[in-house]
Amino acid sequence: MTDTTNMSAKELLGFYQEELYEEARRAKKEGKLVCWSASVAPSEFCVAMDIAMIYPETHAAGIGARKGALDVLEVADEKGYNVDTCSYARVNMGYMELLKQEALTGKTPEKLEKSPAARIPLPDLVITCNNICNTLLKWYENLAVELNIPLIIIDVPFNHTMPIPQYSKDYIAEQFKNAISQLEEICGRKFDYDKFLKVQEQTQRSVAQWNRIASLSSHKPSPLNGFDLFNYMALIVCARSRDYAEITFKKFADELEENLKNGIFAFKGNEQKRVTWEGIAVWPHLGHTFKGLKNLGNIMTGSAYPGLWNLSYTPGDMSSMAEAYTRIYINTCLDNKVKVLSDIISGGKCDGVIYHQNRSCKLMSFLNVETADILQKQNHLPYVSFDGDQTDPRNFAPAQFDTRIQALDEMMKQNKEGVSNE
Amino acid sequence: MSRIETIISELSSISNNPRKAMEDYKKETGKGAVGVMPYYAPEEIIHAAGLLPVGIWGGQKSISKARAYLPPFACSIMQSVMEMQLEGVYDNLEAILFPVPCDTLKCLSQKWKGTSPVIVFTHPQNRKLEAANKFLAEEYRLVREKLERILDVKISDEALHKSIDIYNENRKVMREFTDIAAAYPQIIDPIKRHAIIKARSFMEKSKHTAMVKELNSELKSLPVEDFTGKRVVLTGIMAEPNEVLEILKENGFAVVADDLAQESRQFRNDVPLGTDPLYRLAKWWQEFDGCSLATDAKKSRGPMLIDTVKASKADAVVVCMMKFCDPEEFDYPIYYRQLEEAGIKSLFIEIDLETTSFEQTKTRVQSFSEML
Repeated sequence: MTDTTNMSAKELLGFYQEELYEEARRAKKEGKLVCWSASVAPSEFCVAMDIAMIYPETHAAGIGARKGALDVLEVADEKGYNVDTCSYARVNMGYMELLKQEALTGKTPEKLEKSPAARIPLPDLVITCNNICNTLLKWYENLAVELNIPLIIIDVPFNHTMPIPQYSKDYIAEQFKNAISQLEEICGRKFDYDKFLKVQEQTQRSVAQWNRIASLSSHKPSPLNGFDLFNYMALIVCARSRDYAEITFKKFADELEENLKNGIFAFKGNEQKRVTWEGIAVWPHLGHTFKGLKNLGNIMTGSAYPGLWNLSYTPGDMSSMAEAYTRIYINTCLDNKVKVLSDIISGGKCDGVIYHQNRSCKLMSFLNVETADILQKQNHLPYVSFDGDQTDPRNFAPAQFDTRIQALDEMMKQNKEGVSNE
Repeated sequence: MSRIETIISELSSISNNPRKAMEDYKKETGKGAVGVMPYYAPEEIIHAAGLLPVGIWGGQKSISKARAYLPPFACSIMQSVMEMQLEGVYDNLEAILFPVPCDTLKCLSQKWKGTSPVIVFTHPQNRKLEAANKFLAEEYRLVREKLERILDVKISDEALHKSIDIYNENRKVMREFTDIAAAYPQIIDPIKRHAIIKARSFMEKSKHTAMVKELNSELKSLPVEDFTGKRVVLTGIMAEPNEVLEILKENGFAVVADDLAQESRQFRNDVPLGTDPLYRLAKWWQEFDGCSLATDAKKSRGPMLIDTVKASKADAVVVCMMKFCDPEEFDYPIYYRQLEEAGIKSLFIEIDLETTSFEQTKTRVQSFSEML
């Protein structure tokens, strides 16, 4: 076993990400079950049954960030996937197709061989949850039928009215029971309720450390560069029900607190303005978007996206767990969405907001106009939006992004001067 | 004009002019109308309140005002609905019933730009569980309460059961109609077929039933003639604007069955029997299958389409792909493969309510016709 005691948070992040993929590959070799899961689907049930987990969204983001998306997107195109659909889904369906070809022919397709992403095994089952979009229902339906494997669905109905009614939590909790019986059948053994409780407790410890990191961006200047959260997100997705996430996040939070104590900040002395980033990262252009902002002295200290995994609940209480999985801000009405984002902006002491009009994500794009308008009236902060895509590199124009953030920078400057002149 | 022509012409004029249908209803009953957004809202609750449920299906128009509120990658039907909201087209509706079975509708439900109050409800998607029925019945209970409050009416269980019966009768007659129409493509061309079905979105259902019933019996009394054209099944959200159907007609296509959200999907199942009317309506959703908006772990749309093709002795399937409708786009690769495996040819055409140029569709339909 590798000794991880002296590793930095960054080293731990890389180590555990690779370890998770390796565990899944090993599980497959040993004839154990592998599950592909939506990123905010409850992980607790499968982990309690020792099923190796793979998260296609994280895997697709990795392919995008390593500039490998186009090859697999082409495979999805050939299968009839419209270029207008979610690029995470298309990357994954393309990748799945290549894995399937390999399994059927015994030969590794060239595009799979060349893919810069970690190799993942085909799943024996899939689990999905629509708390971050209904696309995840359609995508996983397709995975299940293409591979002829069981699909576990956790449906969390859109919360058009807040607070979340009890009958909605009851419906979700009933689905948890159903997921358990599906798993008992798939695994051929009784569900391990003792382990389940431990896994729930572990998940809570991971989430607590995750929230500890996120809260550090409230310091001004900030010891945390918000873009780092996009990277560390891989473990809150893939390992929140394991101690891998807790260990890594605790280390990172400790490091950041130590830095804070010693006056070491993310942008050294160059933090001039602070922004909220609303939406998913543009993975194939992560460097460009980050540097573009950094060169202007703009640090990202607010993003509601990492908060999707703020899954605090009471272990042992299914209704409380149901609520945690359904209250995700994009699964709620506009009023609540605005409230969550407003807290993010004020928590991060932000001077402006950037909205990602994400070609891949209708749910995170179609309310941006209204959200921005309401928030601007409340907080008088400037905002801009830009056109992008989470993993299809063709849907992002660096020049447009640059122009928009320059405009935002100007407006934030004027705003600040205006305030200081008063 | 024969009786058949008269009925078709009346239904076509209603289908082309929902506003007039609303005004006529108001004149006749003194009661107003409630808008019904797509897809699969329990219209029966509005009917039981004595108001006219009016389907909101957008329309053929160019998009300008809506551009400020929706990016270009929102589906064509919602672009046009948004444009019409901004024009105040829906402002004389007493309320809007708003289901949210896709991400676009979730967002749209939160940004209605008209003046009518909006009643949002969510369909459960883990549909085969009993818990889903209970959840949806609760949602419908709230819909009923909100309608009662807004309209200042009482909606009794008894009235609901009665409305469900009226709707079930309409569904049955519509299923008969689509079967009969397939035998008389010379009379019921694709445009007329669509208009007869669409009229039900804007009419009190028992009236629609009576007219279609009469039409059915008139049609049945005629001899069945040989049809030399091609018989197709339409699948998708809708097959509008009429130019699309016109192209099918010009190329000798008959629509012998459909799997469209605007048409047969609404009436291929009845609301089941039961004691609690809201639970009955909820259970309809559980039993309903083969639609991109109703999650289905078995993905039965492809096999259902294949059955429809066989039952209607169709030559092919025409995919009417609503532009930027991701649920439909996700279903396509799966049922396309299944149709191919079953030896059934299919033609993909894009449905764009904004377009005024149909040359591409024309070319595709022509070459498809030659291929069959």
